[in-house]
Amino acid sequence: MSDIDLTTRAIEPPRLPRLEHQTFEIRALKSGLLTWLTWIAAGLAAIPLLSVIYMLIFKGGSRLFSSSIGEVLTGLPPAGFEMGGGIGPALVGTLVMVGIGALISIPIGILAAIYLGVLEPSSRISTNARFLAKVLTGFPSILAGVFVYAVIVIHFGYSAMAGGIALAVLMLPTVLLAAEEAMSQVPQRMKDAAYGMGCTRTQVILKVVLPTGLTGILTGVMLAIAGAAGESAPLLFTALFSNYYISELNEPTASLSILIYNFSGMPFQNQIELAWTASLALVLIVLMFNILARILGRSKY
Amino acid sequence: MNATAEALFVAEPFQASGDVVIDCKVDKIFYGDFLAVRDSIVPIEKHKITGFIGPSGCGKSTVLRSLNRMNDLIQVFRFEGNVMYHGQDIYAKKVDPVVVRRYIGMVFQQPNPFSMSIYDNVAFGLRLNRFKGDVEERVEKALRSAALWNEVKDKLKNSGLSLSGGQQQRLCIARAIATEPDVLLMDEPCSALDPIATRQVEELMLELKEHYTLAMVTHNMQQATRVADTTAFFSVDISQGGRTGYLVEMGPTRQIFEDPREQLTKEYISGEFS
Ligand SMILES: Nc1ncnc2c1ncn2[C@@H]1O[C@H](COP(=O)(O)OP(=O)(O)OP(=O)(O)O)[C@@H](O)[C@H]1O
Ligand SMILES: [Mg+2]
Repeated sequence: MSDIDLTTRAIEPPRLPRLEHQTFEIRALKSGLLTWLTWIAAGLAAIPLLSVIYMLIFKGGSRLFSSSIGEVLTGLPPAGFEMGGGIGPALVGTLVMVGIGALISIPIGILAAIYLGVLEPSSRISTNARFLAKVLTGFPSILAGVFVYAVIVIHFGYSAMAGGIALAVLMLPTVLLAAEEAMSQVPQRMKDAAYGMGCTRTQVILKVVLPTGLTGILTGVMLAIAGAAGESAPLLFTALFSNYYISELNEPTASLSILIYNFSGMPFQNQIELAWTASLALVLIVLMFNILARILGRSKY
Repeated sequence: MNATAEALFVAEPFQASGDVVIDCKVDKIFYGDFLAVRDSIVPIEKHKITGFIGPSGCGKSTVLRSLNRMNDLIQVFRFEGNVMYHGQDIYAKKVDPVVVRRYIGMVFQQPNPFSMSIYDNVAFGLRLNRFKGDVEERVEKALRSAALWNEVKDKLKNSGLSLSGGQQQRLCIARAIATEPDVLLMDEPCSALDPIATRQVEELMLELKEHYTLAMVTHNMQQATRVADTTAFFSVDISQGGRTGYLVEMGPTRQIFEDPREQLTKEYISGEFS
């Protein structure tokens, strides 16, 4: 008959696998070590950021978050041994010049992005323009100031307008590249759907491509604004400084960043304190635009 | 006699029994230098569903998209022949393709709702055409005819992209019929859908043909037998060195599937069914 023995097992059943954590195995030790290393590196990277914010709040907060906040935000900068005073003209000047920069760079940036992202994505002009825009994002900001100085300031003098134009030069590539990216992300089948409904090319762009890419475009715009608000170098050559509120766009104009630069080097305690206050105010403005970018960046659909 | 004297096969023209809404006569369709389709006469009858079948790459989509000039968006595309729609050649010089597409709508293979609310998706075409009447009423009507109303009536403000694939496709159909076009072209409208959603879309098509004229590309033979009144069978001709599509046979669906005239049709259909 059959000589297969069914009573003894020919093969040992496998030992039960060990599924618990093996804390002292080499693999586990390595993994733990690396995890710790990344934690430490992250902590080190956060130190400068946190200490700057701490210093700003510590040194600038005393004037900003106190009963004199009204005077600080609206008052004129003090001269010499004067006490009190504020950063009013610089605050308004920064907002006005960033506003001018936005008014110039946003429409041009978005229109150019429509050309690059939707109309002619792969033409020679587009490829070159895209490359130049990328180069411009890494452009030292002081050169934007020098450029506007040579083109405008030499002929018309220092002014808020020149400062705004210098900021626009810096904002343009950021707006352009973000808007192009956002619009080229709009899927072709969505555009096909619009053409299939009987949309003209203009309608496809206005009703489908722009609204669909809007959140991405707004994020780019807000980041450009936040970046421009903190710039000082381009304003040195273009807007200069002023101790009074801006009344016309063709006069020298104060800005927070230049005020910080001027006052922090002065031998007067009051001015140094104001420089800290202005720094804190500037950081808060930049932060506000960044948060706005995040909120607007959340897609509705 | 030389070798070229061997005439190319050309299908016998299909004699439509009813009104012909779109009379499509293709001489040649090119993509650049590539001859994609040749010599095909495809009449689309009023209030009927015309199905296009055939192997992949035979030019079904190309012919269908030629019927509302969707192919104009492809730069290398060139159409020779004519497409008569209510007595006008839609390829005539003075014709605006944008206007053509408002009368001859399209539903695509992949559901493609806009990134807007469900309501706005359906209202899109109405707003585009500056519709003066009651938009809300028309949106509801379109969603009801697309058999979607009950599923979405409580969430019209939600994103069109939040729906399931089958619901999205029915939303696209609702969007296409909201403006009450004359003809609806559908390129494999069910290929992204599961069997249940496919059935729903098919039933919907059978209802829609009461009011509209439909033309549909499908890879699914059973689907063609279920919904198409008339079927056009295309094939690819590789004998000339290229891969040129052409119409082999067109006729009532029953005749095409039960008693095809051409050997090629017989082979294709039996191959698909067995
Ligand atoms: N945009 C295009 N540019 C160049 N050639 C194209 C283009 N679209 C289609 N073709 C070619 O035209 C021929 C017919 O294509 P078409 O998409 O009409 O086929 P089809 O019958 O719809 O195939 P399927 O069943 O796979 O969808 C194919 O050989 C294809 O390669
Ligand atoms: Mg196809």
